[in-house]
Amino acid sequence: MNLTLKIWRQQNHADKGGFRTYSITGISEDMSFLEMLDVLNEELTEKGEDPVHFDHDCREGICGTCSLFINGRPHGPKQTTTCQLHMRSFSDGDTITIEPWRAKSFPVLKDLMVDRGAFDRIIQAGGYVSVNTGGVPDANEIPIPKVIADEAFDAATCIACGACVAACKNASAMLFVSAKISQLALLPQGQVERRERAEKMIAQMDAEGFGACSNTGACSAECPKGIKQSNIARMNREYYAASVVTENV
Amino acid sequence: MKLDAKIPSGPLAEKWTKHKFNVKLVNPANKRKYEIIVVGTGLAGASAAASLAELGYNVKAFCFQDSPRRAHSIAAQGGINAAKNYQNDGDSIFRLFYDTIKGGDYRSREANVYRLAEVSVDIIDQCVAQGVPFAREYGGLLANRSFGGAQVSRTFYARGQTGQQLLLGAYSALSRQVANGKVKLYPRTEMMDLVLVDGKARGIVTRNLITGAIESHSGHAVLLCTGGYGNVFFLSTNAMGSNVTAAWRAHKKGAFFSNPCYTQIHPTCIPVSGDHQSKLTLMSESLRNDGRVWVPKTIEMAEKLRKKQIKPQDIKDEDRDYYLETKYPSFGNLVPRDVASRNAKYVCDEGRGVNETGEAVYLDFRDAILRDGEDLVRSKYGNLFDMYQQITGENPYKTPMMIYPAVHYTMGGLWVDYNLMTTVPGLYALGEANFSDHGANRLGASALMQGLADGYFVIPYTVGDYLANLSNEKVPVDHPEFKKSENEVKERIQKLLSINGTKSVDYYHKKLGKIVWNYCGMARTADGLIKAKAMIKELKAEFWSNVKILGTGEELNQTLEKAHRVADFIELGELMMDDALNRNESCGGHFREEYQTPEGEALRDDENYAYVASWEYKGEGVEEVLHKEELVFENVKLTQRSYK
Repeated sequence: MNLTLKIWRQQNHADKGGFRTYSITGISEDMSFLEMLDVLNEELTEKGEDPVHFDHDCREGICGTCSLFINGRPHGPKQTTTCQLHMRSFSDGDTITIEPWRAKSFPVLKDLMVDRGAFDRIIQAGGYVSVNTGGVPDANEIPIPKVIADEAFDAATCIACGACVAACKNASAMLFVSAKISQLALLPQGQVERRERAEKMIAQMDAEGFGACSNTGACSAECPKGIKQSNIARMNREYYAASVVTENV
Repeated sequence: MKLDAKIPSGPLAEKWTKHKFNVKLVNPANKRKYEIIVVGTGLAGASAAASLAELGYNVKAFCFQDSPRRAHSIAAQGGINAAKNYQNDGDSIFRLFYDTIKGGDYRSREANVYRLAEVSVDIIDQCVAQGVPFAREYGGLLANRSFGGAQVSRTFYARGQTGQQLLLGAYSALSRQVANGKVKLYPRTEMMDLVLVDGKARGIVTRNLITGAIESHSGHAVLLCTGGYGNVFFLSTNAMGSNVTAAWRAHKKGAFFSNPCYTQIHPTCIPVSGDHQSKLTLMSESLRNDGRVWVPKTIEMAEKLRKKQIKPQDIKDEDRDYYLETKYPSFGNLVPRDVASRNAKYVCDEGRGVNETGEAVYLDFRDAILRDGEDLVRSKYGNLFDMYQQITGENPYKTPMMIYPAVHYTMGGLWVDYNLMTTVPGLYALGEANFSDHGANRLGASALMQGLADGYFVIPYTVGDYLANLSNEKVPVDHPEFKKSENEVKERIQKLLSINGTKSVDYYHKKLGKIVWNYCGMARTADGLIKAKAMIKELKAEFWSNVKILGTGEELNQTLEKAHRVADFIELGELMMDDALNRNESCGGHFREEYQTPEGEALRDDENYAYVASWEYKGEGVEEVLHKEELVFENVKLTQRSYK
């Protein structure tokens, strides 16, 4: 297939940036979206033009590194990561617009690459169970009902790609934050620090400048891992509960 | 130099306990005076960094990814082994040890492997305590499954995303120590060189991948947890960024590199579909528990399949060759990876491969769906089936999957002793980056086990033994050795940027990959290896005179990052050929066509090759020197591996 690509180019964070248009020919529908960009970059290199910078690593949909905003949707038209998007989802002659994640809390580094360090800092604020290595009970000492374990697992599959933030008109990170809070609030191991965790992670989320949730559900609809919006409701309950009990305040 | 593995004396089962008592301790108040550098934040790196910080050491953790959570351990699918014997099916530490030694084709070190099996049980406890949501039974206890090469169910799993959940567990522990101020994190930072002062590893030189700044970091010990080198093949199941650079630069500074030719070709990957392909995707081998591997019995039928004149579902059972079940009745589809891969190659070489390229076999779930229903199959493998469908556009519930072997894991790596220390004092290698536990072939669900064993339960003891004898005085980063390294790194960058040739970095990487795959892949011959070495030498010369890298070193420059990695892969490729040529036997993933049994199985030569081949770098353009560590087997009897 032959395509027209409108790609956001920005030399570095300080640069203003803008769209550049490229045409590309001979694309196979079996290629992944990123492989199509590889082809473009080979051509640009040959011509002596700086290749388009984009984040990617595992290319199998699990590391969460890739992050393109394609035709106005994070990770493009399918509910998957960009690396798992294949060109068979497009048609010959299409014009495809490619942008980086747009959110104040994810500053652009170059072209399509952004800094998602804010997510790491939110986890550092409390997204863990405070146990040291060694001295823990036998793994089968605390039975966990399968339904609970499965629900915790569903929340735990978040890959921190940031599509939820990019999809949200408020650039809210609540789906990401609530996934971790939910996972640990559901499991017995997470109970001890449950309330404090919710408070600390939400405080950090606010400090990073992410917006609030207005329940449009775009985050969940675009999440490549299908993280459910009900996690946000649970997070709000956790936060409310934390504010009314005195043990941690 | 004589390689001393420092294996503790005494009975196998008591070695680790005794060693833990004998190692020197660092006083809790003194631990905070030591700084430990950890490169890589996958399972090994994150678990080591977190555990050492918990003990009180100051840790600096580096990764080239934008977050430690994205290290490639995250992509491991199937599971993690542990000798818990929760299933009452006869598992034990000794059985896990024995299976691992045998699975590795008797080319690993007994003491290390026994320790691995011993601490495996603690790993599961640790992960559960962190909130890792392993699969559970309805009674609330942990579920297990059997996995390639094992006859007991000892594999713990979290759907098809076990690596993700374990890594996020280790990442959470690491994040907690970042918050505590005990770990300083350096994401998007790549190690460019190892710095030695008075013969000891005392720091690293890094490149900040955003600004391009070359920086020095000083420490009392350096831990390389940088994974494997599978991307030397260009196409592999590794992440695009996975590389050998940190290990290779350490090798050039004196760390011996062991068994580089031992690479694992995983039997169940999605077949290659065209030249544009940038990576291969693994389908967890847990699929082999329920999927049946087959090709048609005749070449004619395979040709019709390739031309899409018939559909696989229309082929009757009597026309199908379930070759693993026939050839290996007791293990069937669950034979170890090397055996499964080699047999797939055989049937495809015979002309019975099934997709357009002729390089694919079927993995069929028809019978499992008939037996258990589609819902149960979906609950076990749903995400893998979805992934398959996304990539290939075919529905594996309706038509059999197509699979073909692909490079997946590298058993070779930096030589380490029992303490995980390399031949450079103060430099350690953990996880896939070292060579020690998997011999010539790794069993399924053992990589996660080893990464976490090294990081959580081995290094916290053994690094103390070294530091206890080392003054806590810091080497300042303006020390001449740091400055020298920094200048060398800067010169290398300048050299790469000034070539300004005509071919891209990927062009050379692909060429290298083809050479290594064709001559040092699933089957090797002496003639081929000699030829390949000459080809790589030529490729190296061409790379350094004709590669084209745009942009500067003082900015974010992904091409430059790749160029460094590919340059190192080329050098490693050469050494792989030497190593494969030196080993005049077949064992595990190393299959020399000259050495096979009449049935086409690997034929070992225990008399002459029961050793670890460790290579010493001697300088640019000089042949590397081989050192042998003889492997001593006191607890297992060496036999021809049989899965019949």
